[in-house]
Amino acid sequence: MSDVIIQGTNVAHTHDAHGGHHGHEHHEQHFITKYIFSQDHKVIAKQFLITGIIWAIIGALMSVFFRLQLGFPNETFPIMEKFLGEWAKGGKLNPEFYYALVTMHGTILVFFVLTAGLSGTFANLLIPLQIGARDMASPFMNMLSYWFFFLSSIIMFVSLFIQTGPASGGWTTYPPLSALKEASLGSGLGMDLWLVSMALFVVSSLLGGLNYISTILNMRTKGMTMTRMPLTIWALLFTAILGVLSFPVLFSGFVLLIFDRNFGTSFYLSEIFIGGKALPHVGGSAILYQHLFWFLGHPEVYIIMLPGMGMASEVLSNHSRKPIFGYSAMIISMIGITVLAFVVWAHHMFVTGMSPFLGSIFVLLTLLIAVPSAVKVFNWLTTIWKGNIRFTVPMMFAIGFVSLFISGGLTGLFLGNSALDIHLHDTYFVIAHFHIVMGVSAFFGMFAGIYHWFPKMFGRFMNNTLGYIHFFITLAGAYLIFWPMHYEGIAGMPRRYYDYSAWESFKQFESLNSFISIAAVLVFFAQLIFVVNFFVSIFRGRKMTTQNPWGSPSLEWTTPINPGHGNWEGDIPEVHRWPYDYRDDGNGNDFISQTTPLKPGEEAH
Amino acid sequence: MSGFISILLTGLVFVIIYQIAKASEYATILRGEGKINARVNRTMALLLVLFFVLGMYGIWLCHDALIDKMLPISASQHGVEYDSMLLVTLVVTGVVFFITQTLLFWFAYRYQSTEKRTSFFFPHNNKLELIWTTVPAIAMAVLVAIGLRNWGKMTGAAPKDATVVEVVGKQFNWIVRYPGKDGVLGKRDFRKINDATNVLGLDWDDKDNKDDIIAQNGELHLVVNKPVSILIGSRDVIHDVGLPHFRMKMDAVPGIVTTLWFTPTITTAKMKEITGNKDFVYEISCDQMCGKGHYSMRGTVIVETQEEYDAWMAKQQTYYAANNAPAAAPAAEGTAAPEQKTDSVKAITMK
Ligand code: HEM
Ligand SMILES: [Cu+2]
Ligand SMILES: [Cu+2]
Repeated sequence: MSDVIIQGTNVAHTHDAHGGHHGHEHHEQHFITKYIFSQDHKVIAKQFLITGIIWAIIGALMSVFFRLQLGFPNETFPIMEKFLGEWAKGGKLNPEFYYALVTMHGTILVFFVLTAGLSGTFANLLIPLQIGARDMASPFMNMLSYWFFFLSSIIMFVSLFIQTGPASGGWTTYPPLSALKEASLGSGLGMDLWLVSMALFVVSSLLGGLNYISTILNMRTKGMTMTRMPLTIWALLFTAILGVLSFPVLFSGFVLLIFDRNFGTSFYLSEIFIGGKALPHVGGSAILYQHLFWFLGHPEVYIIMLPGMGMASEVLSNHSRKPIFGYSAMIISMIGITVLAFVVWAHHMFVTGMSPFLGSIFVLLTLLIAVPSAVKVFNWLTTIWKGNIRFTVPMMFAIGFVSLFISGGLTGLFLGNSALDIHLHDTYFVIAHFHIVMGVSAFFGMFAGIYHWFPKMFGRFMNNTLGYIHFFITLAGAYLIFWPMHYEGIAGMPRRYYDYSAWESFKQFESLNSFISIAAVLVFFAQLIFVVNFFVSIFRGRKMTTQNPWGSPSLEWTTPINPGHGNWEGDIPEVHRWPYDYRDDGNGNDFISQTTPLKPGEEAH
Repeated sequence: MSGFISILLTGLVFVIIYQIAKASEYATILRGEGKINARVNRTMALLLVLFFVLGMYGIWLCHDALIDKMLPISASQHGVEYDSMLLVTLVVTGVVFFITQTLLFWFAYRYQSTEKRTSFFFPHNNKLELIWTTVPAIAMAVLVAIGLRNWGKMTGAAPKDATVVEVVGKQFNWIVRYPGKDGVLGKRDFRKINDATNVLGLDWDDKDNKDDIIAQNGELHLVVNKPVSILIGSRDVIHDVGLPHFRMKMDAVPGIVTTLWFTPTITTAKMKEITGNKDFVYEISCDQMCGKGHYSMRGTVIVETQEEYDAWMAKQQTYYAANNAPAAAPAAEGTAAPEQKTDSVKAITMK
């Protein structure tokens, strides 16, 4: 099989005898084909990552703006007017635009950052490198995947500047609100752009996902059986499967919505009186959209979580110098999560008027999915137990990941149990839950991955001191922001509110809201430390001088320091063992590379 | 321009910080590049433990500060069961939280890298894995059992003697309809809606509508200790009737009727005493994003004794009389029996 690959996408490796030849390849490549319309999976990974970082800054800045409003409803912030113009006249955020910001914040972070930015980066970077392939199954499709994402990004970005403002019905965009132009300003052109952008996003995600799956299934190097793949690859495989099976359903939901908005159909609309007149629509069901949306929406949270889980597994094991505990259990639990992820969607809809009996079934299935998640946590804990832990920056973030995953995962047991959800649904309890578990925790998995694989991407290290500062401020800050929100939620404080001061039941939290907002602003600035560290390190970071700085058995570290297109010079290495062989190799190393043949009498894994 | 300069300056500051950090780092790199300096490793291990200790202390502080505000006293029968279930879940998850976080930070500290240490090769152990698959599974089963029992009760059919009320959402307020003397809510049709004279689109051919009473100020009057069954609807987009004190919530979806029922157990007056807040009022919050005025979509619930309720009801005029009877009379009467002016009605100005 590796023959095929060599003939397929190799570019320069065969000519290049002297190692460590960076940057340039013998086939002269134009700047444009090399860095812009590149088909090299490593370059595409960087494109996804950098686009994701830019979006993350924008999305986080939005949260700063609306947090200022929430924390200080009676103040004005002239700086906001600078940024937002008419929408924040006199430094006071307009309610309409508050909702637009919240909506964009959610959409951007969930889809553009933690789906495209996360899977796009690490699936592209790691799949070929860790399974021993020269590139993706279809490098061209892979390039298209990025450019569809780029196009989708541009459209979403443009929608921020149109006169009626971007979509403002929440990242879930439930109709009829999102279907009727009369219902809100953001349901006008902004919503159309949102839908078009998201449709292109789905295309991007499908092109990427299909590629990831076929690459993993077909292009593994000799000896790389499925059970010798690192857990990152397993995680990315399941991520791609989830995406490929559920994004089309979302897509169909969007298509119907586009029809309802523009062509007079009534899929989601029935018996509506708005803007002073009764609309002709009858017979549609608003709930139908919610089923279609959450059929993706729930798998989506695992699309966000799984790459982080995979990377945290890898990082925890590597920096503890100890095999991941329960490799097969980890895989089985991911299978469990993947399968169950498809049958729990309606736990987001317990109070929509859905049949309570159906609700009961979703309660059962939802709490079932907690079991594989618990197994993963216990396995991570056992992985570091009796390890030899090096607190590198990626390791710190992996530990933070586990801590946050526990904190956020446990509150899922409240929300998944319909009898408790009936009070907590759509309150700040939900905000706290999903931010900790899929917002911050997934970000920590991503940070662990970035700090760990940055040397592989750029041949340089990120700065550690700044990394530690970034870690502690972010971890402490995340808890300071989101922990108190649980209390607000249990008091019943609804989410997506612009101002609470008229509410007898919720105005008591005014000072707490200010506190949270201050913490959020600080955390935002701490992220800029990361951004600076990232971009400056690309050019000025400490240079990597050995191929395998972390002492890792897996394949990506057998490539040259700055691998060209094609990854390995000469033949792709053959694999003889699993990727977690952290044992004395007899030469003073505490790990045995996957490429090391079995010793006589040694049992294969 | 000044904005541009300040961004430039901020950038510069970050770059300087970066350079300082880089210099200090070169000084500490002594060993191989991936391995880290022993002193840094010890420091980080200590900082993690410190973080854990401070974090737990912080949780305690936070709890201490917010516990009184967290869960308002429950004012419905099943709210009491709700609270006990919440407590059970809190205790179970709290224990798991404490144990796993302690292990995480303790292991990290205990097994920090040292010169002497080698890691223990421990790839798997079927018995352990079996244990921690079954124990969570059993715990989940217990939580599900409690949950489903409560869920069944709260979503089951309302008692026969329950009063029926309709609550309808529209951008951005609640309209409450009482069935009047006959106890029956008449038919309504969205095509008959007219904001001036027929806000709910009552069908005047249905005689059951003639005695229905409509409160457009979103005030829901209930009798203490009497079960109430609420029919929920929406005129335009999806809203949600959120009743935090009664631990209840249900979406208002255009095109369908949803329901919820509960038995209020504490009158508003009594609640003012209990909370020591003379402004206390039960609120209906809209819990489903419905547009720019979502945050201001506020209704109120007045729980009162049967006598108070009857007295209030006696003063209400039927919606039919107010809008269809000869023009002069109802207008006069309408002003004679003004909308209830309770302290709960607080106008929120919307643009
Ligand atoms: C700087 C850190 C962040 C802060 C301070 C923050 C804060 C908030 C707040 C307060 C809301 C609720 C606003 C409202 O309902 O009125 C919100 C909504 C949301 N956030 Fe964040 N957030 C942060 C990061 C993230 C991340 C990393 C994610 C990625 C999963 C995320 C995803 C969302 C989503 C999906 C919503 C819901 C949007 C909607 O209601 O439609 N946020 N955020
Ligand atoms: Cu879900
Ligand atoms: Cu609303």
